[in-house]
Amino acid sequence: MARAPPPVYEKFRDVQAEIERSGAAIFRDANGVESLVIHYPYSINYIHSYAEDSPFFLGLANGKLMGSKCTARRCGATFATPRGHCMRCGAATEWIDLPLRGKVHSWTTCHFGSEAFLKETPYNLALVEFEGIGSVMLVRLKDAVESDLYVGMPVEARFDPNPKYSITDVWFVPVR
Amino acid sequence: MVTGGVTKFAKAHPAMDFRLMVKRAYDYALKGIPNLTKDRIDGTRISYFSDHFSRQLKAASMVQDYLGMNPKGSVRIEWGGATGGECFQAAYEAVASGRMDVCLAAGYETMSRVATWKGNEFIALASDTNFDFPLGGFYTGYYALMVIRHIYQYLRLTRFAHIADEREAQRMAIAEGQRIMSLVSVKNHLNAMHNPYAQYPKQLTVDDVLNSEMISYPLTREQICTMSDGAAVAILCDERRAREFTDKPVRIIGVGTGTDTMRLADRPFGTVPLLPHEQTSDYEGLPYPGVHSFRAGRAAGIEAYRMAGITDPKKELDFIELHDAYASSEIQTYEDLGLCRYGEGYSFVERGDPFLKNIHYPFPTPNAGAIPVNPSGGLIACGHPVGATGLMQAVFAFWQLQGTIRKHFGDGTLQLKNPRRGAIHSHAGTGSSVTVSILERGFR
Repeated sequence: MARAPPPVYEKFRDVQAEIERSGAAIFRDANGVESLVIHYPYSINYIHSYAEDSPFFLGLANGKLMGSKCTARRCGATFATPRGHCMRCGAATEWIDLPLRGKVHSWTTCHFGSEAFLKETPYNLALVEFEGIGSVMLVRLKDAVESDLYVGMPVEARFDPNPKYSITDVWFVPVR
Repeated sequence: MVTGGVTKFAKAHPAMDFRLMVKRAYDYALKGIPNLTKDRIDGTRISYFSDHFSRQLKAASMVQDYLGMNPKGSVRIEWGGATGGECFQAAYEAVASGRMDVCLAAGYETMSRVATWKGNEFIALASDTNFDFPLGGFYTGYYALMVIRHIYQYLRLTRFAHIADEREAQRMAIAEGQRIMSLVSVKNHLNAMHNPYAQYPKQLTVDDVLNSEMISYPLTREQICTMSDGAAVAILCDERRAREFTDKPVRIIGVGTGTDTMRLADRPFGTVPLLPHEQTSDYEGLPYPGVHSFRAGRAAGIEAYRMAGITDPKKELDFIELHDAYASSEIQTYEDLGLCRYGEGYSFVERGDPFLKNIHYPFPTPNAGAIPVNPSGGLIACGHPVGATGLMQAVFAFWQLQGTIRKHFGDGTLQLKNPRRGAIHSHAGTGSSVTVSILERGFR
């Protein structure tokens, strides 16, 4: 048994292309050192529980945005992104309904992204603040381009009619 | 600290796996110190950020193994982007507690084993996977959100307060912020021209930086560090043994760590924890930290300065190697570390304070030399192999304080004149954990 060695490349980019095609390549560096490089895929499906955050995601599926409020009478901190216990005093929180309108606290347009989101670029991310709520919420901001966006822009929530039980079930758009 | 070593950081080192990279840095550190042999090392602290990058769990055991350190004690350290800085402090603690006389801190990352955008995905998994990651998890996006607010707070509401049209004022403020961030990028890339370990030494103009690809508005490619392969080691020991190993030891006189919420969205709007040279009245009405500042960096600075007895860092430090994963976070960090007041970061750059005196930048830098920041070129120009980065800073700071930059770089341009004290700053996860360590020359 003999197998011819895989093709040799001097550019790492070519090595990457080759291993996707045939599974193996040899990289020769500037010093003439040769390294065998192979394709080594990895994928997994997690059994991901939302646990104490679950009501929030069930709420999205019913067109509701839920935050949380500390139950300690002397604290009463409110959080736009919910949390089971108060980060100030440690008391349990209760669920509250958030307004469906808010204002842009900060924003960006991503022209690149992680591999999982590259095909969605460009997309906008925004932190949204709500009247009377002590923290903000990270969302996708749609129906607007980079030059439209500014701090303080009024925005409102939209919900996916076919919810996937993901934070992407809600997004915001400018109030027209 | 008695010695250190660094591999050249590169986009990819296919001919070296992580074990060999660490070995190279380790051999470099031991070279020329005949008294410091492997048997004098009591144990190790080994850092790398992500198991995903090499799909090898317990990889630190393989480093320990390759270096022939078994059966000595070892612990793997991971703290996001601050992994290297935390490893340095873990080794410090091993020695300071008396548990070890001599401890090796070694760190590495091999990020080239996955495609760049997959690597970005792995990094983005260091954000809340219920609420943040699925929206388009991307670290440059997160830092862009933070700097847009920083610009709003500290340029829109100050320099552009007189512009009545809100949107026009914000556009002008962002353009100003982008221009000033570009000065930082030019500085770090140009400093790195004299650092042979740097991945991206470049002579850039402000326009080159501004015109490079937009990655996540307002951050362009040249304002962002890249992924790297690399390793770095530092060897720490108690004071008595230090003299046996070298006549130029460096003392670690302060360590600090700080943390903040994992989600940007949860950052509170409270008050500024003050440094000794600041007053409550400096920050009347400033919601802090919000998303514009790094409370973890401030907390780490407070702890480290207190331990080192530093009351005015700009006056009492000679240089800082800080975690400039983004040109924006370098500016934010000047303020967190008290090199200037909150809100003064942009003018601090424009005045030239963080620039080197003896390098000619393509714009005026009147205060150059006031407190050089990232004389080595920082992460933006040197690269950011996460688990090695904080240790790389320690090694560059160590050589700076020893006065041996010329020896190790083959070029003395970056050597500061007689520096006595320097700080290193390592930062993780949108500011969710930060370390600051203060190093001081330990010889006359």
